[in-house]
Amino acid sequence: MLLLTLTLWGYVIGALAGLLCWQREKLANLLSFGSASLAALCGVYASVVFLLGGAASFSIRWDFLESAVPYLKFSVRLDPLSAFFLLIVSSLGLALSIYSFGYARGFYGRTKVGVLGAFYNALLLATTFVFIADNAFFFLVSWELMAMTAYFLVSFEHEQPEARHAGVLYFIMSHIGTGCIILGFLLLFQASGGYGFTGFHALGEKMSAGRRNAAFLLFLAGFGVKAGIVPLHIWLPAAHPVAPSNVSALLSGVIIKSGIYGLTRVYFDFLGTPPLWWGATVLVVGSVSALLGVLYALMDHDLKRLLAYHSIENIGIILMGLGAALMFQHANHPLLGAMALIAGLYHTINHALFKGLLFLGAGAVQHAAHTRNMEELGGLIKRMPRTAFFFLIGAVAISALPPLNGFVSEWLTYQSLLQGFGTTGSLTRLIFPISGALLALTGALAAACFVKAFGITFLAQPRSVQAERAHEASPTMLAGMGLLAVTCIFLGLFPNQFLPLFDPLTDQLLGAQISRQLAAPGGIVLSSLGQEAGTVSTLGITLTAVCLLPIPLALWIFFGRDAVRQTGMTWACGQKTLTPQMQYTATGFSKPLRIIFKALFRPHRAVQAEFEFSPYFARTIRFESHIEETFEARIYRPLQRFILRTSRRMRALQAGSLQAYLIYIFVTLLLLLILTL
Amino acid sequence: MKPALIPTLTQTVLVLMLAPLLTGVIKNWKAKLQNRRGPPVWQPYVDLLKFLRKDMVVSEHASWLFSATPCVLFLSVLIVGLMVPMLSEQPPLKWFGGALAVIGLLALGRFFLALAGLDPASAFGGMGSSREMTISAIAEPAMMLSVFTVAITAGSTNLGQIVHTVAGQSTAFLNPSHLLAFAALFIVLLAETGRVPVDNPATHLELTMIHEAMVLEYSGRYLALIEWSASMKQLVLMTLIVNIFFPTGIAADWSAASAGRALLFFVGKLLLLSGAVVLVETTNAKLRLFRVPDLLSAAFILAALALLSTFLFK
Repeated sequence: MLLLTLTLWGYVIGALAGLLCWQREKLANLLSFGSASLAALCGVYASVVFLLGGAASFSIRWDFLESAVPYLKFSVRLDPLSAFFLLIVSSLGLALSIYSFGYARGFYGRTKVGVLGAFYNALLLATTFVFIADNAFFFLVSWELMAMTAYFLVSFEHEQPEARHAGVLYFIMSHIGTGCIILGFLLLFQASGGYGFTGFHALGEKMSAGRRNAAFLLFLAGFGVKAGIVPLHIWLPAAHPVAPSNVSALLSGVIIKSGIYGLTRVYFDFLGTPPLWWGATVLVVGSVSALLGVLYALMDHDLKRLLAYHSIENIGIILMGLGAALMFQHANHPLLGAMALIAGLYHTINHALFKGLLFLGAGAVQHAAHTRNMEELGGLIKRMPRTAFFFLIGAVAISALPPLNGFVSEWLTYQSLLQGFGTTGSLTRLIFPISGALLALTGALAAACFVKAFGITFLAQPRSVQAERAHEASPTMLAGMGLLAVTCIFLGLFPNQFLPLFDPLTDQLLGAQISRQLAAPGGIVLSSLGQEAGTVSTLGITLTAVCLLPIPLALWIFFGRDAVRQTGMTWACGQKTLTPQMQYTATGFSKPLRIIFKALFRPHRAVQAEFEFSPYFARTIRFESHIEETFEARIYRPLQRFILRTSRRMRALQAGSLQAYLIYIFVTLLLLLILTL
Repeated sequence: MKPALIPTLTQTVLVLMLAPLLTGVIKNWKAKLQNRRGPPVWQPYVDLLKFLRKDMVVSEHASWLFSATPCVLFLSVLIVGLMVPMLSEQPPLKWFGGALAVIGLLALGRFFLALAGLDPASAFGGMGSSREMTISAIAEPAMMLSVFTVAITAGSTNLGQIVHTVAGQSTAFLNPSHLLAFAALFIVLLAETGRVPVDNPATHLELTMIHEAMVLEYSGRYLALIEWSASMKQLVLMTLIVNIFFPTGIAADWSAASAGRALLFFVGKLLLLSGAVVLVETTNAKLRLFRVPDLLSAAFILAALALLSTFLFK
């Protein structure tokens, strides 16, 4: 695999170039992001060629470094699952690197562009290694490398206390997760006697039920932290917004997907046929994460934090697909299992693309208006029309509206849930329609949230001077966004052309290839295994719309040829002018939902008004409103207090006297001796 | 898998032409029931023509999105109209999408309309958008669960297949799950078409309005398309309900004789359902905005019960 090697070297060169030329900003920018673009391009090509090889494509494995440590082998392997995730990281990496040329210019003179480029390349390199590592030890090394570089990038703008705080929170949570993963791999190691992933294959069958279940839970928690499932998500909305926007896109688009990769790898490759409750647990965790993610997103008015909360939602939707696939695997329905797995993984790549696009859009907005607070934005569709257009495409895609890619993967998820109802006779099957209904609620709330995000940010009048002075993003930034928008449209309109890429993957994990069953004859219709069970065609819908377009146009031309179009003032109840303050705000927009879900949000508001003669004509008004951060307040802060209290008590043991320490050592030795006797 | 020409044309014309009539009939009957004379049933056609001919004023703050939305909305609803079995069990676009695509396309239209509500920088538009998105969000689970119930019974999300299955069972209307799902969808219909007790289609410039607030800045030919789309959406949802739950008289194919007979049945069923809507509108007061979630969660519970009873009575 020459191409894969080129990819890896490309990132290495990019990182080195960034470091070496850090004094010459322009050169560092060009070299590090240029190298990353080329490397990512090679990665895209390598993975597509590999996956198009079909089910016959074998896995390629080689050791690229000899190591002196017995268990640590620097071995990489490209199998269909790795290749799929390589495709995700490379395609997003390509668009981000192109975007970064223009974006990094904003840092000239302020911070070290070369350092940013170096860490950016290192992160891409580490993530690529995570996806192709063939050895648990090496996997963990890359995993840590990924976590550390991500930490440095999160706290890249370390002058702001917000970024430092988020970095530390991310660091702690990430390591709790890594701890769980290490324990999980140790359980696997006990059963297999080695750290090679090849030796782990279908290992679950040989493990005792208790250990298998323990491994399941440890990996769920460990990879769940990285993926950001509720309630382990608290670091995500803190860390993703503070990073530079190209990195935010990478974090939300790809890094959290490494959690999904880990779960898929472990559950479908290593742990064997799952018991029913595994799938049910993943499905329930997914549904809850999806719903809570979108509800918190609705309440947030920081454009990038809103997007970060949506990542939690989309991870939930992905997990719904994976959970359903596990349940079908238990019920021995490989075809349905493959469809649910495809639904989850299709959503994984979709989310990488549209979330990347949205973060880049948000980055362009922040770049232009110097704020992420939606209440200070507005009217940007006239000042940055292209960015607005690309953001709109991302918003339609993420709201799962036809005909874009989000709709396709959610359609597959719905279909798997629906058909799952027939796979079992027990009451557990009610879980499918209920999670389907939750998915519907999630989807509708996501649409509401993106009406808010797009409407308040881009439409109407600018709410601040900065927003009024905003300017269009630079050509390379637009090119990066355009590339992602085009891929979103492609994956939305041509799912049948993309689905064959999943064949080797489902064949590897579930022993079924279903792209033929999913593509109904005729080429443009997607069917859910059988044509009778349901069909959809996003391309068909689009073509029909084009065919029907003459109707409204003809009506306008025929009847309205004498009608005049004037531009006038928006009606302001007779007031002379319409000020930006009169518009609906993001807070106002989400208020009905805040009240409806007040049991969850526990909203708090305080209004102070000063008036002279009547409370209806106030001179000054101070309004304050916030919602409770339930998880922080109910789980994490009590936990933190508990840990601090316990450590204070423990401090008495560490009095600093040498004699006391000697006694501890002596007592420990004595105890150990007694135990071994 | 290409849509056949004659059925597509027939149904397009039917959706376009029948929708304003239905709106007119409901308005007229409602007035009659309230002891008013009411506008003639063909008033909506006259209104549409008037709007199409009129000059229009577009807000200075509005962007291209404001101009594109009427078209997007109109086309999305029209396509939904071609996916719903109307005269025949085989809708013209049956391969292009079933129940899920219908829900998705309606959501697409709503998404753009809500954005257009925010576009002219008016507080009314924002208020309407906010409320519309809220209510549709809480109506969505009930709608999806009822759709799931009928889809599970039919083993398909294909609307033609669902109607075919129900038409095959002579006692389907006695099936409790069927009745419960019907009740749930009826409530969703009231919410989605903006009827009392959720929204009042007759109100303008009051702080209670939802749909009308969103479209307040529209005039002229844009308004014509939006009004027409609203009528079509109402027709399509009502068609969906009558044909799924009472498929009596629906034709199995598109031959002229059976389609003609089906048209008579179809209009009759629509009139019955409109009667029900008129009765509900006249005998109920509009709910306070924050009482609407209660109504919609009742719909959700009905749908959940419907689902449970497919499970119990099998």
